[in-house]
Amino acid sequence: MGRIAPLPKALLIEGATIYDPATGKTRRGDLAVKNGRLIEPEKLGAAKPERLDARGALVTHGFIDIHAHFREPGREDQESLESGSRAALAGGFTRVAVMPNTLPAIDSPEMVRSLLEKAERLPIVLYVIGAISRGREGLELAELLEMQAAGALAFSDDGNPIADGQVLRRALLYTKDAGTPIINHAEDLPLRDGGVMNQSALSTRLGLPGNPVEAEAAMVHRDLLIAQETGGRLHVPHVSTALTVDLVRRFKEAGVPITAEATPHHLGLTEEALRQFDTNAKVAPPLRTEADRQAVVKGLMDGAIDCIATDHAPHTVEEKEQDMIQAPFGMIGLESAFGLANTVLGPAGLAIEKLIDLLTVGPARVLGLELTPLEPGSPAELVVLRPDDEWTFSREDIYSRSRNTPLLGRLFTGRVQATVTDRAWYLRD
Amino acid sequence: MRAPAISLTNLIGLEGVSRSDIQTLLDTGFYFRDVLDRPIKKVPILTGINVVNLFFESSTRTRISFELAEKRLSADVVNFSAAASSLSKGEGLKDTVRNIHAMKMDAVVMRHPAPGAALQLSRFVDAVVINAGDGTHEHPTQGLLDMMSIREKFGRIKGLKIGIIGDIAHSRVALSNIFGLNTMGAEVTVCGPGHLIPPFIEELGVRVNGDVDAVLEWADAVNVLRIQRERMGVGIIPSVREYRNRFGLTVERLARHKKEIVILHPGPMNRGVEIDSDVADGDQAIILDQVLNGVAVRMSVLFHLLGARGSLEEA
Repeated sequence: MGRIAPLPKALLIEGATIYDPATGKTRRGDLAVKNGRLIEPEKLGAAKPERLDARGALVTHGFIDIHAHFREPGREDQESLESGSRAALAGGFTRVAVMPNTLPAIDSPEMVRSLLEKAERLPIVLYVIGAISRGREGLELAELLEMQAAGALAFSDDGNPIADGQVLRRALLYTKDAGTPIINHAEDLPLRDGGVMNQSALSTRLGLPGNPVEAEAAMVHRDLLIAQETGGRLHVPHVSTALTVDLVRRFKEAGVPITAEATPHHLGLTEEALRQFDTNAKVAPPLRTEADRQAVVKGLMDGAIDCIATDHAPHTVEEKEQDMIQAPFGMIGLESAFGLANTVLGPAGLAIEKLIDLLTVGPARVLGLELTPLEPGSPAELVVLRPDDEWTFSREDIYSRSRNTPLLGRLFTGRVQATVTDRAWYLRD
Repeated sequence: MRAPAISLTNLIGLEGVSRSDIQTLLDTGFYFRDVLDRPIKKVPILTGINVVNLFFESSTRTRISFELAEKRLSADVVNFSAAASSLSKGEGLKDTVRNIHAMKMDAVVMRHPAPGAALQLSRFVDAVVINAGDGTHEHPTQGLLDMMSIREKFGRIKGLKIGIIGDIAHSRVALSNIFGLNTMGAEVTVCGPGHLIPPFIEELGVRVNGDVDAVLEWADAVNVLRIQRERMGVGIIPSVREYRNRFGLTVERLARHKKEIVILHPGPMNRGVEIDSDVADGDQAIILDQVLNGVAVRMSVLFHLLGARGSLEEA
């Protein structure tokens, strides 16, 4: 259990090891926050601070998620900006970029502005990703430059692949000077052919329509070739197959300016999660085989993949209680992201600092963001981690309005003890 | 005779069902087969037991077969048929089922278009769940009746060579046959157009051969699957003519093979497409035995899951 509350006037985080991903440096000491800003601990003065015992903990920059669905406007029964922000805080995230597959889609500067205005009252920093095409229909370009001027940091029709290569090509060229990434949900739909899980011996055994790795890899390959030709700024989301990891690695080595992300669930779960027809494990792209999972882990370790992004996709209990064909794709991911990623990547040999980089430096680079230096004068943007703590992920750890995750009951190593922004904090008891 | 207990509490599929459970279900099936030959075919084994036949997909023969099996065992039967479209109109699986549950049903026999629906259902209700076909996943009582018919004909299943011919990828019958026949020690080869063979199916312990004549040469019996008319001429199967020539069990094709090959078909048949009328009605076909065995083996399943408290003596 934990709680989320307004930030106290003064907060003293004591005895921590402090890792600043902006500089790559680690030091020991206390961190003081007054009125939402970091100050020298000795300058707290007469203010009687709340104290947080961080001995044995690792304090670092708050995590950044560049791929989440907060469902506002339109599906606030699944999630809202407010509930999504709470889920973010509980997961250690202080900045979240939300996808535009809302109702209606975020495909105009007015929509971007309206969302950013609403975001001003949130306890986290919210970034908006605009739609590439009008109505996310994949046909006509939306007002990308006007949306950029209104504050959109990237563009995506997420959930809907850009089937028409020419539309993707135009979007990459049109935004090339702006430098905003184009994020294509890469799945060739005719190849996917109604697939609800990875195509494999298991899908055959379960009689479920399979979605082959080629559905993703073929479209990613097309996208990479177009990125190479245009010099546009392509970002490949939720890499799920070994083939895709290799393609991304190859094009990076050739100097094409691309980036890629992987989700915690593609790092920590395989298609085996579907064996008992668990609709909460139905995601797009699907959970793959152990070999694919290992390839994604390797891609993160060797830099082929730039960052971890959650693809936090809330759906109501009612939606997920449908059958395997009808139930929607997606699982929530913010609250479990660090626990799952650390549980998988720690034993794989990734240093905790590198994992933090994948949740801070990496996503910041993809979206062209500055990190907040962990120095006096900066706004508070911290997460306090207990990398060795073991805990079982349970219902009470979920702050999202939805609870569609197959991870409940799973034992994790490493958890978030506290998250601090300049407005609020999350504290685990 | 007191029937040995089986370890199953529901019948979701034949995957993972033990050899001894299948053996027992078939043995009892043959017992009920004898009952069905009596002048009075009704036995009081499930008196006072409520069974609902919940069909979310149209079915004539399976539903009637189950209903007959239930009535022969003296169960009280309720039929509920809903077009699959009502599922997409927001009538969730869980809701329908909770209603049924509130009516205190002892067993639910369900046909549903989605793979896994029967297992999901079993998580929502306490009643015994019997899968009457869940999408392209399993149709376990079909698998049992096919095995019963094979055993009736050959006196055994072990060591037999069985071909399954047709649209394997969209067939729940194929999967239940594969799981059951593998467990019982038969060898299985699947045969059909390349794109209608599910990927990686060899990993389920079967062979793949696209040449019908080679499969007929090899097999002791073949199970001929129905080709869905809606797949014809929409770019999936180019034409009836081509399918029949390449994969159909035609009179001419069968005549080319010297030996007697036993022919099964789960029905309903497309005569003149996957099987010629004269073949379906010929001596080698045991299609009508399958229908009768279907009732018997469903009685066996109902008995073991619901009525095994009593003994068959009372029958």
